[in-house]
Amino acid sequence: MKARVHVMLKNGVLDPQGEAVRHALGSLGFDGVEGVRQGKVIELDLVDETSAATINEMCEKLLANTVIESYRVEVL
Amino acid sequence: MRAAVIVFPGSNCDRDMAVALKTAGADVHMVWHKDADLPDRVDLVAVPGGFSFGDYLRCGAIAANSPICKAVIAHAERGGYVLGVCNGFQVLTETGLLPGVLMRNANLKFVCKTVDLKVETSESAFTQGYDAGDIVSYPVAHHDGNYTAGPETLKALEGQARIPFRYVRNLNGSVADIAGVLSENRRVLGLMPHPERAVDVGHGGTDGQALFRGLLGEFLPA
Repeated sequence: MKARVHVMLKNGVLDPQGEAVRHALGSLGFDGVEGVRQGKVIELDLVDETSAATINEMCEKLLANTVIESYRVEVL
Repeated sequence: MRAAVIVFPGSNCDRDMAVALKTAGADVHMVWHKDADLPDRVDLVAVPGGFSFGDYLRCGAIAANSPICKAVIAHAERGGYVLGVCNGFQVLTETGLLPGVLMRNANLKFVCKTVDLKVETSESAFTQGYDAGDIVSYPVAHHDGNYTAGPETLKALEGQARIPFRYVRNLNGSVADIAGVLSENRRVLGLMPHPERAVDVGHGGTDGQALFRGLLGEFLPA
């Protein structure tokens, strides 16, 4: 099985990289981009019986820093 | 004082740290990240600056889960002293030994220069060689030094005088100009600026000497 983990900065945490991307889009002439948030996508190749609880534990212990990041697991 | 300096792949301030500690009089042991144990009777563990594991995933995240870090956490939990500088500070926040997190600098720039810091408290082994209110100059060299923590954590840090160093001029977006934080028992210090790069006239400044001397003073017989 495969799982995809999406890690994003929590709402309210300033994302300077996203902000820089937004500025760059503006300077390319793309008007109307009101916000950009940048995150990470991590794909996991897992043995079939891996439980959702185990994947969440991986996120909590390593893949996300839950002080500032939230995560979402998508089992493929 | 017996000190251990942890070496990760990508550490690059480990030898500077060892020299600073030795010069102050410590018996220094270098410890590889794959080791599961610290040398016997270690008083201080120093987690040096650098780019451990290439800053993959998040700065310090992989290092914080290396075998030696379990021993470092156990050492801190026994009341041992730990000093984390720059990447070492990032590692300590990732282990949970220090609260908060170091994010990408707000202006997205890598900053590399000598900066003025205000010493806020002399009440720790690390800062007892200074007076509260002293202005000291340490070099900084980091891309991810923008300290952030939740409001409750910040309140606790302020209330318990656990912010020993603040930037005189904020250079990375850190909340409340925080350059370093102490653990609740005041025996774990993490800071972004490099005291170990300010201990010799050849460095261009010696303001860091008092930190290492203060630390050594903690272990002198009374």
